[in-house]
Parts: sequence; structure tokens; C-alpha cells
Amino acid sequence: MFFWSLVLIAVGIFSSFIYGRSRIKLNSKKQGTKSKSLPNYYAQYVLMWCLFPALIVYFSWAIFQEQIIQNIVISNFEFIEGAAYNEGLLLAEIRNVANNPSFADGKSVEIINAASQYSSLRQISQIAFYLSIIIIMLLGALYASRKLKPEFHAQHAIERYIQYILIFCSSVAIFTTIGIVFSLIFESLRFFAEVSIFEFLFSTEWYPFIPIREGQTAAEGSFGAVPIFAGTFLVMVVAMCVAAPLGLLTAIYLAEYASQRVRKIVKPLLEILAGIPTIVYGFFAFVSVAPFVKAFGQSIGIDASPTSALAAGMVMGVMIIPFISSLSDDVINSVPQSLREGSFGIGANKAETIKKVILPAALPGIVGAFLLAISRAIGETMIVVVAAGTAPNLTGNPFENVTTVTVQIVVALIGDQEFDNPRTLSAFALGLVLFVITLFLNIIALQIVKRYRERYE
Amino acid sequence: MSNSKILANGVDVYYGSKQALFGISMDIKEKEVTALIGPSGCGKSTFLRCINRMNDLIEICKVSGSIKVDNEEIISEKTDVVSLRSKIGMVFQKPNPFPKSIFDNVAYGPTIHGLVDSKNELEEIVHSSLKKAGLFNEVKDRLNEPGTSLSGGQQQRLCIARAIAVNPEIILMDEPCSALDPIATAIIEELIDELRLNYTIVIVTHSMQQAARVSQKTSFFHLGELIETGDTKKIFTNPDNSKTQDYITGRFG
Repeated sequence: MFFWSLVLIAVGIFSSFIYGRSRIKLNSKKQGTKSKSLPNYYAQYVLMWCLFPALIVYFSWAIFQEQIIQNIVISNFEFIEGAAYNEGLLLAEIRNVANNPSFADGKSVEIINAASQYSSLRQISQIAFYLSIIIIMLLGALYASRKLKPEFHAQHAIERYIQYILIFCSSVAIFTTIGIVFSLIFESLRFFAEVSIFEFLFSTEWYPFIPIREGQTAAEGSFGAVPIFAGTFLVMVVAMCVAAPLGLLTAIYLAEYASQRVRKIVKPLLEILAGIPTIVYGFFAFVSVAPFVKAFGQSIGIDASPTSALAAGMVMGVMIIPFISSLSDDVINSVPQSLREGSFGIGANKAETIKKVILPAALPGIVGAFLLAISRAIGETMIVVVAAGTAPNLTGNPFENVTTVTVQIVVALIGDQEFDNPRTLSAFALGLVLFVITLFLNIIALQIVKRYRERYE
Repeated sequence: MSNSKILANGVDVYYGSKQALFGISMDIKEKEVTALIGPSGCGKSTFLRCINRMNDLIEICKVSGSIKVDNEEIISEKTDVVSLRSKIGMVFQKPNPFPKSIFDNVAYGPTIHGLVDSKNELEEIVHSSLKKAGLFNEVKDRLNEPGTSLSGGQQQRLCIARAIAVNPEIILMDEPCSALDPIATAIIEELIDELRLNYTIVIVTHSMQQAARVSQKTSFFHLGELIETGDTKKIFTNPDNSKTQDYITGRFG
């Protein structure tokens, strides 16, 4: 149904375009004046007045039709006194019968009646849908055609509409973000209504299991997120210990030592690292690095678990190398050449120039790159899910199992539980904390990078 | 007649496959100011940057021929570029103070070359260099402020102080006043005249008046060739070559 209506709309806007074009030519010939804009702009004007109202009708139908029909069917349904109904199941049954009459055998009269009502409502709705699209397009064309006079600045009108379209598109992203933030906040508030915020932020025991059914013997859960934050922090520190030196030194090599030819090859190769799906890093961490870490731990007499903060952190460090190296490389490159010449001109060698002139000049930008990498590291999920484990240990020992905020969110949402208990709701509170931390890191990092850019134009 | 300080012989420079300098031979005397003039793109800056091997920084640049500084060949694999550059200071077109304090800007050279043993000594060198560059009185109360906070003319004098802090014998100046206003330019020109007593100076300039005011010798470059070199007075009043005549009278360039 919705496919054919798209065809209808396409035909409508095509003919409106042709109509607008010929109409304005006719009108300006009749008046003997040249139109203010080119004929195509008038045609586009008519087209827009056809297209947008039609799209609005189209989408409102797509969104509301099913809901409204269901409401009517349910409200007319003859409930039998005393019988228990599940509305969702009932509707599914009615829909099945309506779509496939052979299911009607053995169903109650009420359901068959409701199904036939459902079918007829759908037919009515469909006819109404086509009719209203045609009417609204005609109305739009009629309104627009009254403006098709040579003295009307169609081009200005088009420019204005295009601006509206652009504003609409950019606001989609913004409002989606706002929507996500608010849903995070409200769901978190539901969580904090059941678990005190102080327990969440300061207590050190994470045991998110609570009785789901009456009479279950599970203990009362506890929701102290400190071990989770500590685990996140530990993995992040390990990752930065790997990524910061490797990334920065790579950037220095690329920016200062590598020849143009090497740079052209190596930089894109490094950026490919950023394109590897993180779950693949996860495999790598779990299959190759974690056993190595375990063996290494045993060889120096530390009892390492099969998944560990060290394994996950090291692989995550490799993953964020390109963030640091690529951004730092850009920053180092944008240090003016004149500073290098000034330093070399005094007789400094390359190492002195880099250490004492270029790095200090590039420092703010490099700090910004580090902060962005950190925020990426703490938001990373798949590597830690696979390779860090799920045990909320409060430990500073990187050979142990730890868990991170992102892992706990995954754990909380796995399974088919409703969002009505603290265990699943805790995902939102954790998500909120994660969001706030990365938001602040990003703001600070972007501020630093921006101030740095201003300094060197 | 003073002694030769820099002796160039048949210097060719290529940028990739494009030849920028054609067999430049030139004799630059000690403790004089030599001005290199000529229209844009004539190779005068390229020649200047050969003298302290600054062209090494440009990957595609190839230099051949011979340049001797104090009778020592510098266009050679064996040349110690670091000590060469500490002997030859350079001041650039655009003032380029490091993003450090005024003090640290001047202290940079002496520190990396290990010229000083104590803090007092370093302070002394910094102060005397700033004095020689005629900047000390203006900045003595704010040596810890960043060098970039100074005005353009002050920054350029800071760069001169930075160059002379390592006690060079030669100072190369690549259009040092082109980014400055007339007053700052006059101060720098006055400074150049004083520095001549202790240093050999080679200055590239676009302004013929500046060449006439500050230099004793002038060399005219055109399309990568050295057309004429000689006493400034002679070049500007009675040049041998008609191209020089045309250039200084403003007929081209």
C-alpha cells in the first residue's frame, strides 16, 4: 500500500513540476512581461507545495493508522464477563484471522467479528489514504499556482524553503541526541528511585541480582558501582600506557622523520586500524593476547585469570593508536615551519628541535588528542566484553578479571526482562555516568584543540 | 682590504629537476654588510640558505659547487652542520620566536650548545645578547613573559638576540624587515649598522633603499644568475651591467 502511494506522490510531483513550468510561461506571455525568476524556480515552487503536504500525510498515516484501527477494534470488542484477556495476544489473534481466513476455524464469534471489522477498517483507511494524498496535493498545487505570476520572486521563496529543509535535517540529529539524553535521565531517575544514588556512586559491592518472581530465594541485590568504575579506569590506564607512547612516537616519526613517500603509505595504513570492527579486536584479545598474558603472568609467578584487564587494555591501546597518532601528527604538522627553521638555524639538531620547540608548541593539541582517545577507550564495549571478563572485582592488579561500565550495561540488558527492576534499569544509570564523563572529556579536549588552533591561525 | 669570509664558487642549486641557481661565484668579506638584491624568485634567498645549509630541510633540493667559510668547505657530506649553524646565525623573514619566555628564547642556543656552566653565566649571555640587539631596556622587567607577546619589531630583535647568543661570526638575514612597519625597520637597520663591527652580515632585501642604506657590498641576482657584485655605492650609481641599471632605476622587477 505504501509503495503504490509513493508512486502516486512521484507522479503528482512530476506533473506539478510540468504544470508550474508551463503555467508561468503562459502567464508571463499573457502579461507580456518577463518573469522575475527562471521558469524552473516556479516549477520547483509548485513541486514543493505538492510534495511536503503529501509527505506529511504519508508519514502520519504510516505512524498512526495501525494504532487507531487497533484502538477502534479493541473498544468495540465484546469482552466476555469474567474471562482474562491479554490485549497484545488478542490483537495478534484478530490480525491473524483477518489476514488469513483459514485461521477462523474454531475461533470464537467475537474474534471473527472483530477480524472482519479490522479488515473493513483497513480498506476504508486505505481508500481514505489515497484520497487524502490526492486532495492534499491538489490543494497544494492550487495554492502555489495562485502565486505563479511573473512579478513573484520564486527564486527567493525556493531559497527560503531550502533553508527550512536544511534546518530540519540538522535538527533531526540534534533532537535525537536530546531525546537520547532525556531517556537516559528519566530511566536513570527510575533506577535511583529504587537504589540510592549514594549507594550507586560510593558503595563497593556490585551484585545486581534481585528476585524477579515472588518467592524466589535470590538475595537482595546491591548496586555499588565503584568496582565497575575502577575496572573501567584500570582498562583505560592500561590502554593509554600502550597507546600514548606508541601513538605519540609514531606521530613524531611521521611528521618529522618520515619522507613524503613513507608518510603517504604509513598514515592511511594506520588509519585502517581505526576501521577494524572492535569485535575483531575482541577476538584477537581473547584468542591471542589473553592466553599470552596468562602465560606471562604465570612465568613471573602471578596468578592470572584467562580474561584480564591487561589483555583487554593492551588490545584497546592498539585500537586507539591511530586516534592519537593521526591527531598528533596533524597537530605537529601545523606547528609553523618557521619555528623549525629558527631552531635549526641556531644549530639545534632534530631531537633538540622536537623536544624543546615542536613538542612544547604542539602540547595543547597533543593533550587534546589524548583526551579524545581516553573518551574513546572508556566508551569501548566489544573488546572488554570479550576479553576483560564480567567479574566486578575492585582491584588494581591488571592480571585479574575486571569489568567495565559498558560490559555491565550489556550484561544488564541481555535476557528478556522488562525494564521494571533495578537490574535492567541500572544499565541506564551506568550509561548516564558514561555519557557525562565522555561528554566532559570531549568538551575539554575540543576546547584545548580549538585554543591551540587559534594560536597558530 | 678586509679578508674573505665566505667564498662561493660555481654553486648550482636544483629543486627537483628545476635549476634555481646557475654557477654562483661570490666573495663575501669579513665584517661587512653584503646585500643580495633582485626581483622575486631570482634565487637570492636560495643562495643565502646555502650558506648555512638550510636547504637541507627541503627534501628535493640539491646543492653542488663549493662554498668555503673561513677556508673550510661546507658543501660536503662531511660538514658538521650543527657547528656550522652555530657559527652562522640566521634571522628570518617573519619573526619566529619560540612559544617560550623571552629569556628562554635567547637561552635556547647557549643551552643546547653547552656554552654555559652556570645559571649566572647563562643570565649574563642572555642579558648581553638582548643588549646587543637593542631590546634589553624594553623587556628587562618582563623576561618571563612569552616571546610571542612582543610587537613585531621587538620579536624580530628578539630573534636577532637569539641568533647572536651563540656567538656566531656570520649573521644571515632573509628579508628581516619585510613584515615590519617603517619605524621598526629603521630600528633594525640601525642595529645592523652596529652589528657590522663584530659580525659578517649577509642580508637579502627587496628594498633597494634598504640595501643602499645598510650595506657596503651589493650583489644583484636575476633569474638564478649573479649579474653583478661590487661596492654598494658603485652598484647604485654606476653599474657595469645594463640589467642592473634597469633594475635599480625601477624599469623592471
